Amino acid sequence: MTTTLSPSLTTATAGRVLRQLSHDHRTVAMLLVLPSALLGLLYLVWSDVPTRPGQPDTFDRVGLIMLGVFPFVVMFLVTSIAMLRERTSGTLERLLTTPLSRPDLLLGYGAAFGLAAALQAVVTVTVATTVYGLDVAGPLALVVLIAVVDAVLGVALGLLASAFARSEFQAVQFMPVIVLPQFFLCGLLVPREQLPGWLQVVSDALPLTYAVEALQEVGRSTEATGTMWTDVGVVAGAALLALGLAAATLRRRTS
Amino acid sequence: MDAAVTVTDLVVHRGPRRVLHEVGCTVPPGQVTGLLGPSGSGKSTLMRAIVGVQQVRSGSVTVLGRPAGSAELRSRVGYVTQAPSVYADLTVRENARYFAALYGRGAAAADAAIADVGLSDAAGQLVEELSGGQRGRASLACALVGEPEVLVLDEPTVGLDPVLRVELWGRFHALADAGTTLVVSSHVMDEAGRCDRLLLLREGRLLSDSTPAELRTRTGSDDLEEAFLSLVRETEEVAA
Repeated sequence: MTTTLSPSLTTATAGRVLRQLSHDHRTVAMLLVLPSALLGLLYLVWSDVPTRPGQPDTFDRVGLIMLGVFPFVVMFLVTSIAMLRERTSGTLERLLTTPLSRPDLLLGYGAAFGLAAALQAVVTVTVATTVYGLDVAGPLALVVLIAVVDAVLGVALGLLASAFARSEFQAVQFMPVIVLPQFFLCGLLVPREQLPGWLQVVSDALPLTYAVEALQEVGRSTEATGTMWTDVGVVAGAALLALGLAAATLRRRTS
Repeated sequence: MDAAVTVTDLVVHRGPRRVLHEVGCTVPPGQVTGLLGPSGSGKSTLMRAIVGVQQVRSGSVTVLGRPAGSAELRSRVGYVTQAPSVYADLTVRENARYFAALYGRGAAAADAAIADVGLSDAAGQLVEELSGGQRGRASLACALVGEPEVLVLDEPTVGLDPVLRVELWGRFHALADAGTTLVVSSHVMDEAGRCDRLLLLREGRLLSDSTPAELRTRTGSDDLEEAFLSLVRETEEVAA
């Protein structure tokens, strides 16, 4: 069983996934516009709430974190459905009889949706900072970078989750299972240090926690901090780990 | 000449059910071997074992001298599943180019494979817009593009009009003449006569491994459908 990587096959696969995406104009439009629209709704939610002196603006705090949460959620869903389609259409079985290795296939997916996420992040960050006046102390390029790493984490977890889903009904329900606990415990709703001790431990083990912390660092500091880079490393590591597990659960021989 | 595929005492279970019972057969190189039998007889399972995606209980399958499914075989063995397994949301050309890239070939090879299955006019169309028969041929093109030494085709002619069916069988024999080994399954006996060699499967057991002529002589029947039936009766009498 090969696990050897071939950059040309990974690129061919990423190109194929992007080509599939490009034929689906509505999906492309939704990917690019939807996060900005939802962020606009959040902006309006807090628009009449006065900011207490000395406190950071609530939209600045929440909106920034949503810039990392949207790509994670969207790419998780898109990928788990895309992979399920590969399974049910027979193309996955066919791919496994070709020279394409399993890591090539998964990295191809990661690269394609990572690229889509980068476009999405550029649009969302631009709209958020210009139209909604989102205030970020650090460089916006770092916000885009964190959004892309979050998206790749979503892709990796989506690929892994799709291995356990037999139907689309199951696949979409993995979204709340994987995403919501991470969202509840990431420190946005309640500061992490105010969580019960054992939930803090759980929160420490969830990758979205680090993504949120990285964004908070960029929001506060004008320059990239060491904590931020460590956080980005943790999220990227978690994504690689999930991709590795997804490759291991992808059986070449089935019954 | 060495057999292209050798199957020895192959036993396959799907769930609690045994779907292949100690099947043994050989596939000669450079010929069209037909795998015939009714729906549910184990044809697809045997083909999946040959391309190495089927979990097997016991026995062995050797392809071009290597265990089926070996990494080294993946560029040498082509597989077309029964349901067309191509990307419905890509054009025929995009599908063929992707599979060409996986086999290390370029756009010219992709276009040639599309022409081979008679889809040049539809090359720019999305697969989801094609008829069932056209989808099947698009799927076939994606296997031809790799120019495999062994080509395993699961019911490639289902739903095709008779003219196309004859054309495709002509294509299969042209490939065999050029040295490709083909294993083609079908559940319609009138295609059996087009094969160089026949494997007859029924309820997971191999009833016969012969040429069509040998089968006719052995059963004393010119009609292969009739020959198949008399073989079934023969085995049932032995069992009883």
